[in-house]
Amino acid sequence: MNRKKLQKLTDTLTKNCKHFNKFEVNCLIRLYYNLVGDITERQGTVNGLDRNAFRNILHVTFGMTDDMIMDRVFRGFDKDNDGNVSVSEWVYGLSLFLRGTLEEKMKYCFEVFDLNGDGFISKEEMFHMLKNSLLKQPSEEDPDEGIKDLVEITLKKMDNDHDGKLSFSDYEQAVREETLLLEAFGPCLPDPKSQMEFEAHVFKDPNEFID
Amino acid sequence: MGVALGRLVQWTAPGHGTRVLEKTPLNEAILKEIIMFAESFIYKHPQEAKYVFVEPLEWKTDLNPSAFESGYVVSATTVKSEESDENGQPLLFLSVPQIKVRSFGQLSCFLLIAKDTKLKEAQACIEGNRNPVAKILGLDYNTMKEESSILNILDKITKDNDTESEIKMKIAILLKQLDVNLLNHSLKCISLEIPLHPAAVKNDIELLKRFSGKGEQTVLESIKYTSDYEYPNGCRAPPWRQILGEICYVLVKPHDVETLCITCSEEGVFLNGGKTDDEEINYERKGVIYKDLVTCLKEKSAKFSENMSKQKTRFNEELQKEKNKPNETPKKEAPGALRKAIPGSDKTMLEKNQINFGKSNMIKRLEPSLNWKTTIDSKEYNVFRHRVSIHEERHGGRVEKSAPSVSAGKAQLIRKSGEKVEEIVSESSSESEEDEEPPDHRQEANADLPSEYWQIQKLVKYLKGGNQTATVIALCSMKDFNLAQETCQLAIRDVGGLEVLINLLDTDEVKCKIGSLKILKEISHNPQIRRNIVDLGGLPIMVNILDSPHKSLKCLAAETIANVAKFRRARWAVRHHGGITKLVALLDCAQNSAEPAQSSLYDARDVEVARCGALALWSCSKSYANKEAIRKAGGIPLLARLLKTSHENMLIPVVGTLQECASEENYRAAIKAERIIENLVKNLNSENEQLQEHCAMAIYQCAEDEETRDLVRMHGGLKPLATLLNNTDNKERLAAVTGAIWKCSISKENVTKFREYKAIETLVGLLTDQPEEVLVNVVGALGECCQEYENRVIVRKCGGIQPLVNLLVGINQALLVNVTKAVGACAVEPENMMIIDRLDGVRLLWSLLKNPHPDVKASAAWALCPCIQNAKDAGEMVRSFVGGLELVVNLLKSDNKEVLASVCAAITNIAKDQENLAVITDHGVVPLLSKLANTNNDKLRRHLAEAISCCCMWGRNRVAFGENKAVAPLVRYLKSNDANVHRATAQALYQLSEDADNCITMHENGAVKLLLHMVGSPDQDLQEAAAGCISNIRRLALATEKARYT
Repeated sequence: MNRKKLQKLTDTLTKNCKHFNKFEVNCLIRLYYNLVGDITERQGTVNGLDRNAFRNILHVTFGMTDDMIMDRVFRGFDKDNDGNVSVSEWVYGLSLFLRGTLEEKMKYCFEVFDLNGDGFISKEEMFHMLKNSLLKQPSEEDPDEGIKDLVEITLKKMDNDHDGKLSFSDYEQAVREETLLLEAFGPCLPDPKSQMEFEAHVFKDPNEFID
Repeated sequence: MGVALGRLVQWTAPGHGTRVLEKTPLNEAILKEIIMFAESFIYKHPQEAKYVFVEPLEWKTDLNPSAFESGYVVSATTVKSEESDENGQPLLFLSVPQIKVRSFGQLSCFLLIAKDTKLKEAQACIEGNRNPVAKILGLDYNTMKEESSILNILDKITKDNDTESEIKMKIAILLKQLDVNLLNHSLKCISLEIPLHPAAVKNDIELLKRFSGKGEQTVLESIKYTSDYEYPNGCRAPPWRQILGEICYVLVKPHDVETLCITCSEEGVFLNGGKTDDEEINYERKGVIYKDLVTCLKEKSAKFSENMSKQKTRFNEELQKEKNKPNETPKKEAPGALRKAIPGSDKTMLEKNQINFGKSNMIKRLEPSLNWKTTIDSKEYNVFRHRVSIHEERHGGRVEKSAPSVSAGKAQLIRKSGEKVEEIVSESSSESEEDEEPPDHRQEANADLPSEYWQIQKLVKYLKGGNQTATVIALCSMKDFNLAQETCQLAIRDVGGLEVLINLLDTDEVKCKIGSLKILKEISHNPQIRRNIVDLGGLPIMVNILDSPHKSLKCLAAETIANVAKFRRARWAVRHHGGITKLVALLDCAQNSAEPAQSSLYDARDVEVARCGALALWSCSKSYANKEAIRKAGGIPLLARLLKTSHENMLIPVVGTLQECASEENYRAAIKAERIIENLVKNLNSENEQLQEHCAMAIYQCAEDEETRDLVRMHGGLKPLATLLNNTDNKERLAAVTGAIWKCSISKENVTKFREYKAIETLVGLLTDQPEEVLVNVVGALGECCQEYENRVIVRKCGGIQPLVNLLVGINQALLVNVTKAVGACAVEPENMMIIDRLDGVRLLWSLLKNPHPDVKASAAWALCPCIQNAKDAGEMVRSFVGGLELVVNLLKSDNKEVLASVCAAITNIAKDQENLAVITDHGVVPLLSKLANTNNDKLRRHLAEAISCCCMWGRNRVAFGENKAVAPLVRYLKSNDANVHRATAQALYQLSEDADNCITMHENGAVKLLLHMVGSPDQDLQEAAAGCISNIRRLALATEKARYT
């Protein structure tokens, strides 16, 4: 990609991106094409980061482990649902991922957790997301009992209108009360440590980028 | 056997003729063991049974010669055994009532013959032979120490190497075994005994009270304590009896017998000697020890036993209910259950008792209460003096320099820093636990537990076995419990939650750490939890978190540390792990004014970080070493900077820390240098009462320093202080404000200001109906103010003298020191003096000379001086105090310089009346004053010289001073640097120089040259006295010369 095109792309993306400055956007674009380039070398032509490549990044760079959550994060990034993260999706996605406000993050997390996209996090969805969260104790008669109980506890804590499922407003209210509940059903945002490492790595000394 | 007999057997108290064995179950058990050993000896060890003792065991027996049968030669009063030793001496010889036994064989036979009286005989034998092992084996075997016994024995064998010593050795080993047996056995016995606990006894008595009263159905007619006063440890026995384990005494009137006076002690319940004529209790035990009150009364009163069985069900129910109260200290079982338990049939019960033994006997030993009801102050004073002496060592001359005017204040300060001294001591020594240690009560497993307990237990399970997501959910849910409630706090601990929470702090998961700290922060308000957190090593981890890049984590950690560091060991741990430096670093955050809004989940505002840091430092600053650490870490300038903010919740911890630290000289200097006073004064005008209080307190601490007092005035701090005086509802604040006023009024300019603000009138109004902490300061302030004429008049006009004189009868020493000073200051005005005289204030002052506290004595003596000066008919008044003059003279034997100086001053005034001078001369004032002459203390020198010069006016006192060698030291006073000493000394020398011998002494000691120098002084009195003295010396010289040549 030539410099002019890059410059233009950077300008457009910077205009629409709240949380990154021009330099940062530039860095991210370069990173994106590096990543895509790596894949192209291996697989031939591609349209962007596909699900596997993206999950790989999430796992390696941001230390995420839960397959289901990673899938949901991918969907969160892939706004046009074409199975690939494009360069603009990449920059916008990371803007929220790394720098988003609490409101943005709440919205994003809720979408991640609302597995079927019906606007509610149901008991079943919760169970699904939490099912690996407890150490299985062989002594327990019903291995799922603990999970069920945990779901009940969560509902008791977050379900303000007592309808047995979480609406966005339930979720929002609970998170505003206790920010720790933002990622209540699994880590879908980078943990602060890997975030710092990522930023330090990507937004390195600006002088290197002055061509 | 020696060890068991020496250590375990319970002898009666010495001092009642020969010591006998007490009749206790333990002794009985030991005796039985010994009997069994001796009885079976002849069968088990026939060889050794023939061994002849080195010395016979001798005792008085009740056994009749007729009881002996075959194998013995029996006559009317003697019995000889047929068995005899090599020399033909019988091995058993009885000559009524004395019996001598010389072998185990005979001992066995004898016990068989004794049959039923075995026990008595064995007891008599043990009592008669206090060291049986020595008698049996000879002294050298007895000296064997436990540690090396076997070696010693082997040694013996190799040395003598004959059959006799082999047998001896065997016996020695057998006796040793018996000893071990006895020890084990008695251990079992002891472990069966459950020591009574004050709470248990109290419960019993309360219960019995409920079932007592008139009528046939009640169990008792009445039951009551002999003393209404209960010490804080729950005992009612006087402290010197508490040492013996006695808890209380009760007077019980059963229906069918006379009133019983019963002692309840840790060991059990027994009858004592009853009340003697002079209302004292005869503490001596009469009769056996019972396990508890109910058992005892059942034995003593049939009616009680009968009615008790009727009531039994109800009573036991009650008792059970008492027992099941949550958090109750382990108490004894219901009486029925207990009796069942003793035979040991019920295994679980036995086990439980043993556990109880371990718990209560070891941990809950009765501690005699030190809070003596009547002598409370002298106790406090002793401790206090002790602290002061340590303090003096630590801080060089700081205490010594305390002038009389500030001594009371110093005393207070020292009292404050006493804590700190203690701290140093304990910190350097190994961890001795602090007195404030609360009893650690765990919830009993089977007690009725609240539902929260189970819910929390479940959550802790998820904490343990969950991944990050589950952990966060569990933490958030746990946070929804009422963590301010003790049940929840203890539930978290008791299900092992504390360990998990602290472990979480050690992970990398920021969210888990935040969640965990949020809970720890709340539950660490509980003193027990604090200790548990420290015990589990929570503090070092939290200190590490202070380095975290996440501000909200820093905040939470600092806040939790602030809660935990409320006791000494915790503060030590914080410092020890470098926490102080990190906390001080937190204070530095608040500088970047252009802060981004909360950018991430884990960020808090910088101001908040600084606030939490200050909060933690406030808690930590209660330790002396931490104050130093804060200063060294550069905390003072940072605190000074934070003080400029206007957030109240920031200012309170900052000022709190400063106030805490201002007890240190270093800090006071730094506070002055950093211009902190200005801001303290500014914050006096705040709306927040707590902030006002801490500011006033800080000023109180700092205003010992003159420059600081001026600063307070210059920054306009006096007016708000005076204004705050009018609000008397908040006593803590009032105490701090009055304290600040007291210290500030040491400067005259400040006093003038206070007068302008009408503070004097307000202070007089505060002389009544205030707590002592306030009174001390109010009176102190008045004492300072009354150094000026105008104020003395104001105090009189506002009617302040009467309440002041009334306060002279108090017992609080700090208060008395200040009151005497204030009364003394008022007495300078003759009109005030009339009022004081009318209220009999002088007599009250005089009686304070008997106060045990030297500061009070001295202050009272100083106050007497103006009283005597200004009273009408002072001489007559002084004489009217019976024994008063003798008392004053005897105070010259004190070893406190301040007391001595003040008494000298008082004597100076007393001696102005000829008749009184005659009386004190009779009481030997001259030799006592002379004895004091060798001192380097200028204050004492001055007043001593004045007293001497006044006392010269009577009889042959001048000569007597010379005879008592007071003159030479006085001459040396002239070399002092203090002009006051010079004047007083010159006057004294002038008086003394009327006697020829004294002149010679003076001349010999080089007084003339020194005096000649003084003649040139600008001080007229000094000039005159020096000149007079020289002229007397000169005249004597001339007279001698004249005599020589004529």
